[in-house]
Amino acid sequence: MVEIFGIPSYALFGQLLIGLINGSFYALLSLGLAVIFGMLNIINFTHGAQYMMGAFAAYLMLEYLGLDYWVALVIVPFLIAATGIVIERLFLQHIRKLDHLYGLILTFGLALIIEGLFRNAYGSSGKPYQVPELLQGGRNLGFMFLPNYRAWVIAFSLVVCFATWFAIERTRLGSYLRAATENPTLVRAFGINVPRMVTLTYGFGVGLAALAGVMAAPIYNVSPQMGSDLIIVVFAVVVIGGMGSILGAIITGFALGVIEGLTKVFFPEASSTVIFVIMAIVLLIRPAGLFGRTV
Amino acid sequence: MAALADPPIVETRRDGERSLAVAFALMVALLVAAPFVVYPVFLMQALCFALFACAFNLLIGYVGLLSFGHALFFGWASYLSAHAAKIWGFPPEAAVLIGTTSGAVLGIIAGSIAIRRQGIYFAMITLALAQMMYFVALRAPFTGGEDGIQDVPRGRLFGVFDLSHEMTMYVFILVMVLAGFVFIYRIINSPFGEVLKAIRENEPRAVSLGYKTDRYKLCAFVLSATLAGLAGALKALVFQLASLTDVYWTMSGEVVLMTLVGGLGTVFGPVVGAFLIVAMENYLAQFGQWVLVIQGVIFVACVLVFRRGIVGELAHALGVKL
Repeated sequence: MVEIFGIPSYALFGQLLIGLINGSFYALLSLGLAVIFGMLNIINFTHGAQYMMGAFAAYLMLEYLGLDYWVALVIVPFLIAATGIVIERLFLQHIRKLDHLYGLILTFGLALIIEGLFRNAYGSSGKPYQVPELLQGGRNLGFMFLPNYRAWVIAFSLVVCFATWFAIERTRLGSYLRAATENPTLVRAFGINVPRMVTLTYGFGVGLAALAGVMAAPIYNVSPQMGSDLIIVVFAVVVIGGMGSILGAIITGFALGVIEGLTKVFFPEASSTVIFVIMAIVLLIRPAGLFGRTV
Repeated sequence: MAALADPPIVETRRDGERSLAVAFALMVALLVAAPFVVYPVFLMQALCFALFACAFNLLIGYVGLLSFGHALFFGWASYLSAHAAKIWGFPPEAAVLIGTTSGAVLGIIAGSIAIRRQGIYFAMITLALAQMMYFVALRAPFTGGEDGIQDVPRGRLFGVFDLSHEMTMYVFILVMVLAGFVFIYRIINSPFGEVLKAIRENEPRAVSLGYKTDRYKLCAFVLSATLAGLAGALKALVFQLASLTDVYWTMSGEVVLMTLVGGLGTVFGPVVGAFLIVAMENYLAQFGQWVLVIQGVIFVACVLVFRRGIVGELAHALGVKL
């Protein structure tokens, strides 16, 4: 048995792996929050509920329609993004000119409604979701056991994160988006339909959350409250990273997941609070966040 | 023109003070009469939440800071005063004092971290800090985990008044809450309060006028946390219980809801909002999870069509200050 710092390597790398998994969800969710905040100036409190909806949609599709994980992975993000677009058209577009705080309160209310409806329909207990057949089992790497599904989640979320980064920082559409974030009026004057872009941006951010939800379904149990506790941690991640940079959000997400995992090995009592403690320290040393511009 | 414009402003100000005095007298009269008609425990619960909401409103309404973590002060004060009364055997006045002080101390710590960022970040930071302390409460041995601290003795106030008697307890709670209410009114109408409003309206300008806005904001935050702590301590004595519900984020959300429904930045709004929401929750308790949905709907409706809140709309319709 290999030992590192007196800890068996299986335990250490096992927690590191869980940390990377959590980190990939933090990264996907904070990425979505950052993109939405950039365009809409709203902190989307509904994000956690939309992540939960993604997981539930995958569960329901398997249960009632017999559609497997892979179909869900493709369809669900678009489905939940569509509900997001409806929310943007119905509610969010009306409060764009108000103080930011109203956006937070409104999306908080929407999150309560969604969570409440799901709790009424499906109760509070978690529902198991099978790991897809193709990714069952795992391999022994000598120093740790690596379940295939977990490796897939990490790899795939890295791909999605960098695709998002590429789309925003390196494509023409992304340049419109960045320009509209800086100065929407001017971009409109160039004949670009900014309101539609805002709507689609919200849909995109929500889709990312739903994608994270589908990926999370086989790892955690699918339950109505799975999003609400997670979103608060993601808020802390966003505060630590600052919302100015896409790459910053991705790196911060993964890094904090890993730190949280390692804390579980060395100091388990603090594992649920470590991210908040880091947030407090970062705020004391560098109030704008690690990658943030001063506000 | 300036000379013509001046008198009406003075006039509305005097009218405003008169309307506030009338409303205050009405509120006190209702609260004195209420326990003969309504179940006193419900009233005491609503009063504690009214004080909690007023404390929260001091921040959002007069400094423009949305704290999404006020359950931190409310819940922890409730735990500490329950612990003091039950385990240490402190008399109620000492237990309440301990709870209130813990609110102040936590307010200084959380406040000095949170005021480093503005606006939306402030809300997220307070929420995150409160969640952190929720996890601490979940793990800490003295809080009793899921069970909370039960059967907290109410004791004898100053060794004289037996608080296990429902009406004595009601009078004690009423006096404390009204004192808190008047204290907040004093704060917002003091020179200090005027500076707070200036910060709310335009912080950079307040800075350029030479005000150390961070200190003012921290001070307001600590005052708000202290009063939230007082509310939590009283609540622990009323229900003889301190539990995880009081430190969870849903509690922070509820106080936002109460203040929003009553009217942000109005003097009486939080009280009205607290009574309404507490009544609604008691009435709807039988419907279980629907409470969450209904709360959500109220949030959405308030933001979209009803931003002034009940008291705000009333004041607007009557053209007075409430």
